[in-house]
Amino acid sequence: MPQPQLVDSLVELVRRAATILPDDMQQALDRSQGQEEPGSAAAGALETIRLNVKMAGERSTPICQDTGTPIFEIFHPLGVSTRALAAQMREAVAIATRRAYLRPNAVDSLTGKNTGDNTGEDFPTMHFHEWEEAHIHIDLLLKGGGCENVSTQYKLPDGGLGAGRDLDGVRKVVLDAVYQAQGKGCGPGVLGVAIGGDRGSSYLKSKQQLFRSLDDTNPDPQLAALEEKILTQANELGIGPMGFGGKTTLLGVKVGAQHRLPASYFVSIAYMCWANRRAAMDVHFSGDAVEVTYA
Amino acid sequence: MPKLTIPISDADIRALHVGDTVFLNGVIVLGRDAAHKYLVETFIKGSPPPAEIELGEKLRDLLAGGVIYHCGPVVRKNEDGSWAFVAAGPTTSIREEVYQDHVIKHFNLKGVIGKGGMAGRTLQACQEQPAVYFHAIGGAATLIAQAVKEVVDVYKLAEFGVPEAMWVIRVEDFPVVVTMDSHGASIHDQVQAQSQQKLAELLVSR
Repeated sequence: MPQPQLVDSLVELVRRAATILPDDMQQALDRSQGQEEPGSAAAGALETIRLNVKMAGERSTPICQDTGTPIFEIFHPLGVSTRALAAQMREAVAIATRRAYLRPNAVDSLTGKNTGDNTGEDFPTMHFHEWEEAHIHIDLLLKGGGCENVSTQYKLPDGGLGAGRDLDGVRKVVLDAVYQAQGKGCGPGVLGVAIGGDRGSSYLKSKQQLFRSLDDTNPDPQLAALEEKILTQANELGIGPMGFGGKTTLLGVKVGAQHRLPASYFVSIAYMCWANRRAAMDVHFSGDAVEVTYA
Repeated sequence: MPKLTIPISDADIRALHVGDTVFLNGVIVLGRDAAHKYLVETFIKGSPPPAEIELGEKLRDLLAGGVIYHCGPVVRKNEDGSWAFVAAGPTTSIREEVYQDHVIKHFNLKGVIGKGGMAGRTLQACQEQPAVYFHAIGGAATLIAQAVKEVVDVYKLAEFGVPEAMWVIRVEDFPVVVTMDSHGASIHDQVQAQSQQKLAELLVSR
């Protein structure tokens, strides 16, 4: 199997993620504008956000200065060298940083020194998944720090919230997380929620929900209903864009579940800001030729 | 919409109320986590070592009657060695809550720009100073960068790195909303109280 050289294509993937907000997010922001009272602080915030998205796309500059942790999810066929791909992704983020698509965000936790190029120990984040398909698919999410800081984890039961070990308990703790976040996560946000797993796998699963389109339907009808209910009720909290008060607190809720230990019932909430910057690329092989497309 | 020019007078600050949108003009200083820790530990809690005295005086001049901005920008270095701001929205302010009241009082600040709001200690300092909290739109980084007309200087770049350095910039018509004023009002407190009541209702419903 030929090992593809993807550095330039990966730089383009990073540029797209940092500067172009996905269509589903733009449409959701457009719809929420119509729900806020004209002249209100909430309406003003949404106008500014939407204008900023337009300008960033036109100028090819970052939507948000916090270009976050680049999180790559790589799906690859048997025979692709994941070490070679990982090296290419590190090179690509360093180039993208020099081109000011990314802010240098990798800070040594012991010395406080910024590496200056977004590479470091386990930075950027990469998860490799071998699959049955013949092509490579790479998803990228730029996950900002403000919303990461309000992401959180609960274990059920939670006596303070009256939340038991069932989906209604999940609903309660997720609403509490939205309340606790107030405007600090740059709402209107999107929630990735994971039920079950251990602490680590649960957090990971919650973040992976953020790769889903806002417009998809959860294949599990119970989870689909839960997503709808949490979205409706969270918007009744009245926190609004930027926490200014208003009707649009969340733009979407995506819930996934995994098996858990009998002793544990974790609920993890990945809060994503309105700048839900995801991009994807596919790499198809045809003989020695490589074709790259972006989604 | 009203414009404010830095340095800002006490009378202009007292005239501001939560919900007011204003455009800021003048020279502001960027400072976030590393900068606030540095300012408090070097100049407020202790006496500065000789190597820091000159910078301390410069910052005193820049911040008196002025504004500090919680922001870690994306920057580009021009061929002539000067800097340009590419993206420069606010970062979450609450992390500076333990430092902010000291910095406001010691450096005679009239305003803090950030996002997400701050808590009781800062609100009290705003009343006493007087000063206000200006909320910029989180994530609106390309738009806000257009208001940055000049990068005047940068301090602590090598030590703190690009996002944490103290960038000194001249802005024109930087759009902000007053969400904490010098009269003790905070939109953040109001929204939190209302949403807490609604949450309590939702927790007992199904």
